[in-house]
Amino acid sequence: MQFNNYVKSLIVVVALAFVAGCSSTGGTQDGSMDGSAGGVGGQGATTGQVGGTGMGQGQGMQGQGQGMQGQGQGRVPQQRTIYFDYDKETIRPEFESTLNANAQYLRSNPNAKVILQGHGDERGTREYNLGLGERRAKAVERYLAVQGVSDSQIEIVSYGEERPAVDGHSEDAYAQNRRVVFDY
Amino acid sequence: MKPVFAMLTALLLMISTLAKADLTIEITQGSDRAVPIAIVPFAQQGQANLPENIAEIVRNDLAHSGQFSPLADNALIAAPHSSEQVNYRDWRAVDSNYLVVGQVTPEGNDYRIQFELLDIYGERRMLGEVVTVGQNQLRSAAHYISDQVFEAVTDIRGAFSTKIAYVTAEGAADNRRYGLHIADADGHNSQQILTSDEPIMSPAWSPDGNKIAYTSFETGRPAIYVQNLANSQRVQVTSFEGINGAATWSPDGRKLAMSLSKDGQPEIYTMDIAAGSFQRLTNNSAIDTEPDWSPDGESILFTSDRSGGPQLYRYDLSSGEAKRITFTGNYNSRGRFSPIGEDIFMIHRTSDGYHVAKRDMRTDRLTVLTDTRWDESPSVAPNGSMIIFATQEGNRGVLGVVSADGKASYRLPSAQGDVREPAWSPFLN
Repeated sequence: MQFNNYVKSLIVVVALAFVAGCSSTGGTQDGSMDGSAGGVGGQGATTGQVGGTGMGQGQGMQGQGQGMQGQGQGRVPQQRTIYFDYDKETIRPEFESTLNANAQYLRSNPNAKVILQGHGDERGTREYNLGLGERRAKAVERYLAVQGVSDSQIEIVSYGEERPAVDGHSEDAYAQNRRVVFDY
Repeated sequence: MKPVFAMLTALLLMISTLAKADLTIEITQGSDRAVPIAIVPFAQQGQANLPENIAEIVRNDLAHSGQFSPLADNALIAAPHSSEQVNYRDWRAVDSNYLVVGQVTPEGNDYRIQFELLDIYGERRMLGEVVTVGQNQLRSAAHYISDQVFEAVTDIRGAFSTKIAYVTAEGAADNRRYGLHIADADGHNSQQILTSDEPIMSPAWSPDGNKIAYTSFETGRPAIYVQNLANSQRVQVTSFEGINGAATWSPDGRKLAMSLSKDGQPEIYTMDIAAGSFQRLTNNSAIDTEPDWSPDGESILFTSDRSGGPQLYRYDLSSGEAKRITFTGNYNSRGRFSPIGEDIFMIHRTSDGYHVAKRDMRTDRLTVLTDTRWDESPSVAPNGSMIIFATQEGNRGVLGVVSADGKASYRLPSAQGDVREPAWSPFLN
């Protein structure tokens, strides 16, 4: 599928919106409920900080929050979203430069961590789409591994169709929603 | 070390107050097989207007089921409120097979509701009962009457006194709010039981109707929670790396089936809730998700794309073997057993979209039940007669209901926001 200029410009908009929103953090919790039943073989019983939430909630500006920029070399790449074809997890050639820039950042900042958010369009059932979103994020993870990024820097969270970047049922909306976002 | 999960987050509020966001019913298709029935407005003794119109609620319930075709008010030839006042010949003249009459009498702060069901052609009384309820239970009493009438005529237990759970999403992409709600099966008395800035998915009722399992992303990662509806207490039961999703209950309520990707890709697991132990059922490189326990507890239906596209498989818990059961079309997912009989309901893709479809287990035949194009998340009423599902109307997510034979359908739109992922409760009484 030809990637048209409209979509390209939207990518920039989406990327900028993401930059503006990425510094939000979760709050603390009041402990009124029992979390200790979880975590059999997992991580759930450990107490600790609430992980940074996904993209979009926060009102903070770039640079607040995690303090990533100061501690390594270079800045968090501007382009942090790549897009996929329908029902595919193949990395499209035009996004290799985005992936390479993020790989380089992660390599030169070994303490930096990223959540790869996998997203899909709304077609099909929700839970199955979670699986498709995860496949896309894993394809990105494999690409980063080949580029020498340590897997300890990467975590994958699939949102499936739950957090569309754009509402609506058009092909354009779908194209912008099938994406993997680097959430630093 | 990756960030650890916090137990809970303050971004999240538990709300147990009544919200005025009820769903309203719009009938989209009636059934030609519906049985004509007359429901006469109940006589009121004593004080002025009742807060609820009992006969109207019963009429709506029965009409929505697709099995009844209630007479319009102007076709009611008389206004009896007890069987002694009924002239059967009158009702034969207007082609009504059945007649419901009743009266409401205040008793202190309560109401005494007397109702009768009459067989017009058999000229006999089929039901006669008195129920006494408080003022805020009038709707429940009406649904109870609908249940009794439905069962007396169809021999199928009525499901009008059940509830639905569903998820809402409001707001645009960057400040979307998600909510988990419970409402009566007709959309009334909605109550928000959870709200979050992060997605909420896959609500599933425990078989006793006291708890709901769901996936929430409130910590920034998906985890499965079980929430007690009576006291709003809840427990996080899984928080593995990767997908924690699609939980459904075993018929005895002791286990959950779920999809976890902690070992690489989404696989089906069962979890013993009390023991906190997990058993992995599937093992392959495909997506395995959307499990549903068979009513006899002996097998688990799930979606897998191991053949290339999503299809339904049935895992036999004693033999440990999974067998593909759908072969029509290249997209069949999110299967749900009917609580009765042998049918399986699912989402089936055709050339014009995603529809609710039924697979007859005996004949293997697949029947598309809906003409809406973006259907998701089918959930079957506990009597097997209706399927609630999510679909799109314009640019909004709405809930739809279709009868198991596809002949009757209605929608439950919300006044605002998207409504999705309905789950029909078990019988609650």
